[in-house]
Amino acid sequence: MIHSLFLISNAGDLFLEKHWKSVISRSVCDYFFEAREKAVEPDNVPPVIRTPHHYLINIYQFKKLMFLFSKLGVCFIVDVLYRMCDYFGECSETTIKDNVVIVYELLEEMLDNGFPLATESNILKELIRPPTILRSMVNTITGSSNVGETLPTGQLSTIPWRRAGVKYTSNEAYFDVVEEIDAILDKSGTAVFAEIQGVIDACVKLSGMPDLTLSFMNPRLLDDVSFHPCVRYKRWESERVISFIPPDGNFQLMSYHISAQNLVAIPVYVKQNISFFETGSSGRLDITVGPKQTMGKTLECLVVTVHMPKVVLSANLSATQGTYNYDPVTKILVWDIGKLNPQKLPNLKGSLSLQSGAPKPEENPSLNIDLKIQQLAISGLKVNRLDVYGEKYKPFKGVKYVTKAGKFQVRT
Amino acid sequence: MSLSYSCNGHICENLLVMDSFVRFLKEREQEQLIKILSFLFYIFRHDDLKEMLDSNKDSLKLEAMKRIVAMIARGKNASDLFPAVVKNVACKNIEVKKLVYVYLVRYAEEQQDLALLSISTFQRGLKDPNQLIRASALRVLSSIRVTIIVPIMMLAIKEAASDMSPYVRKTAAHAIPKLHSLDPEQKDQLIEVIEKLLADKTTLVAGSVVMAFEEVCPDRIDLIHKNYRKLCNLLIDVEEWGQVVIINMLTRYARTQFLNPNESLLEESSEKAFYASDDEEDEDKKAEVTTLEKRKPYVMDPDHRLLLRNTKPLLQSRNAAVVMAVAQLYFHLAPKAEVGIIAKALGMFEPYLKSFYIRSTDPTQIKILKLEVLTNLANEANISTILREFQTYIKSMDKDFVAASIQAIGRCATNIGEVRDTCLNGLVQLLSNRDELVVAESVVVIKKLLQMQPEQHSDIIKHMAKLIDNIQVPMARASILWLIGEYCEHVPKIAPDVLRKMAKSFTNEEDIVKLQIINLAAKLYLTNSKQTKLLTQYVLNLAKYDQNYDIRDRARFIRQLIVPTDKSGALNKYAKKLFLALKPAPVLESPFKDRDHFQLGSLSHLLNAKAAGYQELPDWPESAPDPSVRNVEVKDSVCAERTVLTGPEGAGVLLLQTTRGSSNMQDLPKKRPKALTKKHTIAPSGSIKMYELLHRITGEGLAVEYCFSRQPFSPDPNMVAVQIQFTNNTNSETKNLHIEDPRLQSGMRIREFAEIGLQPTGESVTVVMGIDFCDSTQAANFQLCTHTRKFFVSIQPPVGELMTPTFLTENNFKKEQGKLMGMNEILEKLTLGEKCVNEHVIVERVTATANLSRVPCGSDKECRFAGKTVSSGCLVLVTVTTKEGGGAQLTVNCEKMVIGTMLVKDILQALSQ
Repeated sequence: MIHSLFLISNAGDLFLEKHWKSVISRSVCDYFFEAREKAVEPDNVPPVIRTPHHYLINIYQFKKLMFLFSKLGVCFIVDVLYRMCDYFGECSETTIKDNVVIVYELLEEMLDNGFPLATESNILKELIRPPTILRSMVNTITGSSNVGETLPTGQLSTIPWRRAGVKYTSNEAYFDVVEEIDAILDKSGTAVFAEIQGVIDACVKLSGMPDLTLSFMNPRLLDDVSFHPCVRYKRWESERVISFIPPDGNFQLMSYHISAQNLVAIPVYVKQNISFFETGSSGRLDITVGPKQTMGKTLECLVVTVHMPKVVLSANLSATQGTYNYDPVTKILVWDIGKLNPQKLPNLKGSLSLQSGAPKPEENPSLNIDLKIQQLAISGLKVNRLDVYGEKYKPFKGVKYVTKAGKFQVRT
Repeated sequence: MSLSYSCNGHICENLLVMDSFVRFLKEREQEQLIKILSFLFYIFRHDDLKEMLDSNKDSLKLEAMKRIVAMIARGKNASDLFPAVVKNVACKNIEVKKLVYVYLVRYAEEQQDLALLSISTFQRGLKDPNQLIRASALRVLSSIRVTIIVPIMMLAIKEAASDMSPYVRKTAAHAIPKLHSLDPEQKDQLIEVIEKLLADKTTLVAGSVVMAFEEVCPDRIDLIHKNYRKLCNLLIDVEEWGQVVIINMLTRYARTQFLNPNESLLEESSEKAFYASDDEEDEDKKAEVTTLEKRKPYVMDPDHRLLLRNTKPLLQSRNAAVVMAVAQLYFHLAPKAEVGIIAKALGMFEPYLKSFYIRSTDPTQIKILKLEVLTNLANEANISTILREFQTYIKSMDKDFVAASIQAIGRCATNIGEVRDTCLNGLVQLLSNRDELVVAESVVVIKKLLQMQPEQHSDIIKHMAKLIDNIQVPMARASILWLIGEYCEHVPKIAPDVLRKMAKSFTNEEDIVKLQIINLAAKLYLTNSKQTKLLTQYVLNLAKYDQNYDIRDRARFIRQLIVPTDKSGALNKYAKKLFLALKPAPVLESPFKDRDHFQLGSLSHLLNAKAAGYQELPDWPESAPDPSVRNVEVKDSVCAERTVLTGPEGAGVLLLQTTRGSSNMQDLPKKRPKALTKKHTIAPSGSIKMYELLHRITGEGLAVEYCFSRQPFSPDPNMVAVQIQFTNNTNSETKNLHIEDPRLQSGMRIREFAEIGLQPTGESVTVVMGIDFCDSTQAANFQLCTHTRKFFVSIQPPVGELMTPTFLTENNFKKEQGKLMGMNEILEKLTLGEKCVNEHVIVERVTATANLSRVPCGSDKECRFAGKTVSSGCLVLVTVTTKEGGGAQLTVNCEKMVIGTMLVKDILQALSQ
């Protein structure tokens, strides 16, 4: 089980340690630092490092490292780690440093003797209330605390994810269908591989114990699904509806996967020409982006990222739309286009200068595309209706669709 | 000027004084001084914190504790504050208390004596009425690693294991491995506690106690027998982390208790094949038949099936660890045909081929793993796609990955004969790559491929011979030299020339290259001694004086073998055979081979080495151990079922109402005698009356009955649980049984049961629905729909079913009765029926009429009952006072007068019969 946890910042600063069993000296992290130096990119550090007495298991999140060691069940531990990340949300090193005591208390509640005790964030939020500005002001004045005094009700019930006695003046239930396209396009622009990873995020603020049923117009689209524990599997299997008693507040209801066998619409095309010359230590770059199958919607937040070969020193380019930035240290070229105008396609053109004397790079760099389409689920998935049983009120309901690019790569 | 001068003078003076003082002290005294100074610093270091901790204000204490915990979190030593902190262990402020606990657990091991001061506080905490405090006291007590308190811990764990609160019992389960690691001698006593907790029926405890079992006594498989079915059935409602632990344990359990589902299948089929070929020999056939008869055909143990079935829905968990655990369970336990549901091994990942395509932004280790998958998936059908994909990988900037890709191409070429030439050509093109590593790796792979059919590829060998001038990577050079030597007969003109070049550069070569030069020379000497005799001599002479003893040794050995002298013995004759023997082509193997023997998903499997604490997955037993050990005494399970969701049957009924186990009913093990099952699910006690909802004839074969099960309806405590039993008497299946269009009085609510998808002929299904009657006896009307028909039905509750029992003491009863006088009290005199001879019968009659519980009573002339209405929670108090001569008086106190009046009528009728 999990023995100790160390948080390490990107700069290599060990800023939090927690031990669930007897204390292990932080010198054990040296094994990790050694591996990290070898790996160059933090992504490439082997996930498990063996040391004479312990196994160090590490993950890399939000530009910081979580890292610990233990005895058994890798998958298990990695998942616990990701769950911890979930609770903290998008947190940076500074937020952790500012709230170090709360983080410490949380870690104490989440694991007992290295075994998970309570990871359901609803329960944790009742045990230790997340800090807000208002509460910290009230606390300083009244001397009350962030720590709950009684056992959270969810802990004992068969529905641990929901607390009892929820009350709202206006009852609302919102669902966000978010789809990400993972794709690899080859040089000619045809999709070598494309699939859709979707999630349905929910924000449910309903009083009492509502029992919800969410149905889709076209549930057959979904072939690989995984659910929040509140969803009744059997109803999904027999009727293809999602029936559940929701947790209170924000949670991820389900995630799904629409596999490569189905045809996936590719909303964007890229015309590119990147070449390096044998002589003169220079190269040319010419990229044009245009809309493809967008179902009549506008492409937004379009960003093209290029990981340049090591020998590229600088880029002298001009963009017809948006701004570009080349970081000569990380060798990353980012072209932030913004909204795509189909009448006037954005283009980025110019020359690259290479390190003189170095051989020209073998490979052309591949492009990573980031984009967003509002009000569209690219798979065509549509929510049919949401029914509330068990409570009398009529809640306000809403569904939002967003499509984004996931790992969307264009080979050159 | 003068001022500053004088200042400087002072400093100088001071320094001088110090200096002379220090000099004055002897060396040893100096040391002591330093000690004293650092001690003073040590004492005053955290003075402010100590002051804050000693103050009366909670806010100051809290601030101090926060700062201290922040120090601990950053890894700074705060152990010297121990005495000041430990004083606050009894602090009323819960946050201060929690932070003190954090501190204590961290430093108790270092300050054992002081830590003992806090123990009494925890002992007090263990008796606290608040379950959270009891639990956290046990958590901290068991986390203090001080051996003196082992007996106290043991006692606390034992007590907590029988605590009322399941949360405290869960904490007790967590404490077990802690105590075990502190003092392994307690093992036997701890096993007793584990045994007790394993019998616990709540989902909350299940995961934790199995975890304790795995840590303390994983070999005591016998403890699991009685709980096996319960664990299987509870599994779906256990929290995720518990599921992982239980699934892993059950995997091991199944490997010791059930037979291998795959082995017997294999043998069976081979035997059949044997038959087909030997048709004529009748005798043989007979013999075979008898052996077959002796061998029982494989039938999967229903318990084995139960495990597979109950874990399957968990594949849809959001938790990757759970999915992985189920996947490994299927991998290790399921018949091969069923493994497909986790993704079909051997060709099963094929449809997902493209999901393993590699992106340039993947981390290297992911790239290598994806490459491995792609290589294993390659077959005649998809190889061209895969090779095209590999071609793009070769251009990657990540050189390790390029090398791995080239090896993967090599493996594809060896596995699939059709593409060998294509691969080879592709690899030869790579030989002109700019990157030396790519070339080197290609050479190594080509060498292996050529070994398979060298005759056809002399041009490639020639091409490679030319490369020797350019390639600098030693491994590649060595490979080329070996190739030329091995196939020197195919390139008779080039080979001696290469040797000439190499002889020239011999001294500057790496060791592996030198060895291959010697090798090449020897082979050429044997086949073409005319041209190469001198060259070989020269090379051998150079090698004789090499720095490396391996090379010197090899040179001496080879010289003896190939150059005939007087001393050289018989071996010389065979030199040619020795050197130019036909060598078997190498098998290009996966670097991930050989790790199958580790349990999938374990750390050991990932590292391909046995990790500390790894438990070997046992082999299937030759013959199955007695399956009856898993049978649970029926009596035992029935009592339990009533209270909590447990036991196969109980779970079936109750889970329907709760979360996700819905309609596990059909999944029950078939072994159980049917009549028994029926009795428990339909009429939990003899006194419950069944009502007809739909007659067999009006329902066209579908008969529906209902009863008021008197169980609390867990999704909504304000509803009455109505248990409905459907019996399908038709000849066809009934589908999509559900409720539609409820017509209710205002305020009434219905919670429908989950739709029954399919009901086969002749079977009964029981479901539970909830109705809030609003404490009235108005009927609830609704339509019962099947896939073909709709039936109008209504459920009207007897007034006695609108209440649930409450437990009151005699005093409370009197107090409450006093509040419900006047209008709320109804008095009736009655004559008891002939059979109502004693108290026992009266109690039975009253509780059968109304869902009330008995209230203890001092007098034997009086029977008291209490309950409250389900919907609004109004108290209902009933008193029956018997008089001599068969007379009696009935008193009902209830705020709801209608209910009271109706209840009086019903009870009067029941008692006067």
